[in-house]
Amino acid sequence: MYDADQNRTENRVGQADIKIAAKNVQVYYGETHAIKDVSVDIEDRLVTAFIGPSGCGKSTFLRCLNRMNDTIPICRVEGDIHIDNEDIYDKRVDPVQLRAKVGMVFQKPNPFPKSIYDNVAYGPKIHGLAKNKSELDDIVERALRRGAIWDEVKDRLDAPGTGLSGGQQQRLCIARAVATEPEVLLMDEPCSALDPIATSQVEELIDELKQNYSVVIVTHSMQQAARVSQKTAFFHLGNLVEYDETEKIFTNPQDSRTESYITGRIG
Amino acid sequence: MSTTLVVLIVLALGAAGYVLGRGRALREVNGDQRRLHSLPSYYGTNVAMKTVVPAMLLMGIWLLAQPLIVETSVRGDLQDEAERQNRSVSLMMSDVRRVANGLDVAVSQGVMTRERASNMRTEFTDVRERLGQAGVALGSDVTSAVLRAAQRYRAISGRADLLRTGVVLALALAGLAFGLRNSTAGYRARNVVESGIKILLILAACIAILTTIGIVLSLVFNTIEFFRLYPASEFFFSTTWSPSFGGGSELGIIPLLWGTLYISVIALIVAVPIGLFAAIYLSEYASKRTRAIAKPAIEILAGIPTIVYGLFALLTIGPLLLRVFGDQTVGWMDAGTAVMTAGLAMGIMLIPFVSSLSDDIINAVPQSMRDGSYGLGATQSETIRQVILPAALPGIVGAILLAASRAIGETMIVVLGAGAAARLSLNPFEAMTTVTAKIVSQLTGDSDFRSAEALVAFALGMTLFVVTLALNVAALYIVRKYREQYE
Ligand SMILES: Nc1ncnc2c1ncn2[C@@H]1O[C@H](COP(=O)(O)OP(=O)(O)OP(=O)(O)O)[C@@H](O)[C@H]1O
Ligand SMILES: [Mg+2]
Repeated sequence: MYDADQNRTENRVGQADIKIAAKNVQVYYGETHAIKDVSVDIEDRLVTAFIGPSGCGKSTFLRCLNRMNDTIPICRVEGDIHIDNEDIYDKRVDPVQLRAKVGMVFQKPNPFPKSIYDNVAYGPKIHGLAKNKSELDDIVERALRRGAIWDEVKDRLDAPGTGLSGGQQQRLCIARAVATEPEVLLMDEPCSALDPIATSQVEELIDELKQNYSVVIVTHSMQQAARVSQKTAFFHLGNLVEYDETEKIFTNPQDSRTESYITGRIG
Repeated sequence: MSTTLVVLIVLALGAAGYVLGRGRALREVNGDQRRLHSLPSYYGTNVAMKTVVPAMLLMGIWLLAQPLIVETSVRGDLQDEAERQNRSVSLMMSDVRRVANGLDVAVSQGVMTRERASNMRTEFTDVRERLGQAGVALGSDVTSAVLRAAQRYRAISGRADLLRTGVVLALALAGLAFGLRNSTAGYRARNVVESGIKILLILAACIAILTTIGIVLSLVFNTIEFFRLYPASEFFFSTTWSPSFGGGSELGIIPLLWGTLYISVIALIVAVPIGLFAAIYLSEYASKRTRAIAKPAIEILAGIPTIVYGLFALLTIGPLLLRVFGDQTVGWMDAGTAVMTAGLAMGIMLIPFVSSLSDDIINAVPQSMRDGSYGLGATQSETIRQVILPAALPGIVGAILLAASRAIGETMIVVLGAGAAARLSLNPFEAMTTVTAKIVSQLTGDSDFRSAEALVAFALGMTLFVVTLALNVAALYIVRKYREQYE
């Protein structure tokens, strides 16, 4: 999968179409300095992977990109983050609008206590994406198919989403996120609860999404990062240690910490 | 020996048992605590528990049972006398108790010697006057039969008291010895104390349940008694309420239930939206500091006694409504007391109830639900309307039902705010009354307690109990179902 994409990817890296540009980002939780001066450019139409040991700030940084940290009262974000050359922390930017554009799949599955159908239809309804019921039905079906869960739930769309298994819930949340057609999709360990078959289906989805969108994925699986991403960022203790093309990170890391991590010596 | 002294002695024995048990266990292992099965304090507690608990339990039960047993034996003597005087035995029995008590007081104050109290006769002494000197006022002259019965009562009680003291102390000592004998190194004192604590907790639960059952049974029996005197069909279906103690009362519950319902509904119409919106503001929008100030401020409302709300209804809300809807303007209202007055006051009373419970419930909705919704680009109010409220709805319904059962049981506000006329009317500006207010008025006159007019209070209470019970059960059921959702 990775090899097949390689040519096209490398072409594009040259002309670097930057979707998200983060400069000198600092994040504090009260006194804790969770993200230390991170600058990173995330390109459009490819998959960027964030890797790093637990607690190093991957989720925190990801949540800065759609201002989800605004919901945590003690969290303070400094620095600039531009998406499509627009400062997302500018006062004029409406975080609600931003989050419609930058969708997110959370680390822990969090389906609403509603039916499976309503879970997926929630975003499209809010944003008025469907003109009528049958259009909405189509959107829901398409999203569930892309979330690789359609076959399992097509006969019980009225059952509560909270009644699904953990892995099914995670795929439901993926379907829910793609149903609103975001331009950027942030996925925080989307496959941590999935079996290998569902994982490969989700990876296929990620592959498909990158035709049009940019995808940022946090993962603890080196293989997954290598399989799906074109660029990889390695975080360690709140610092961005290394950010480069995935192949380079995995074959020829510049920093010794990166090397120890991917070979399994720290983490 | 007085009961207090016995209790103190038993407690002292328990304390001694603690020290002895702990010491004995430690001595057996030469002070090496690690060779004991349990910590030393468990050995002490074990002995103290075995000394105190059975003795105290026995004493409690004995104290409850003794008067009953003494009375039955004295009652037999009074039977003939009561028939001769054509008085009921239970009335005479209460005289006997009063005289016996009086004699006790007189002896303890030194007005009378012990022998004199046991031997004196009405033929030779004016008992009423002598007891009056000791500060014990009796309503009527003491007949010789009553005096004799009272003396017998004292004699039996005295013997029983002595026996009780002996048995209780013996039991405490036996427990102490038994506990001490067990205090060996291998004894599982920790487990025994654990099960002792469990039994204690079970006992407490039993007492709570038994008293509830007792209350319900007394309601049931008196209600049955009432239905013997007054047809149930009339009680439930008659639309007039006009008790008259001379006889020929009509005791239909419908106007009272109507009043209760009407006032409660108005109260809920006031309290539910305001309380709920306040809860949403506090839990979703307010900053931490606002919340820290506003939440207790609202909860202070819950601490105001209902009589104060009643005064507020009578003196403020009533006149205010009268000015707006009275004769000077639209003329819907003739007096300050009305369903509306009481309903508004009760609604204000219920606001903190609804808001505080709903606030807790809304806060219990996990943050991840909000994150999920915000992450999809929903605004705060969309999130509240479409995710948080539906998730919290069962709990909120439970809170509202609890508030409703409080509204139904409320009395003071109704007495002061709604008037006393039992009326079936749709006009909310008319005076009406409720079940609870009528229970009060049926029992506070000096009526014969066995008449239908007084007993109806129990039937009313029973009806109310059933209604609120049903509401509470529904509320609990809904709240419990809600809890399962996130677990
Ligand atoms: N809500 C919060 N309040 C306070 N501190 C937080 C909060 N969330 C995260 N942190 C702290 O910020 C640091 C980074 O956490 P983060 O969740 O970003 O780690 P992560 O890289 O996603 O780890 P994992 O791989 O385990 O998910 C941690 O030290 C954590 O303790
Ligand atoms: Mg994380």
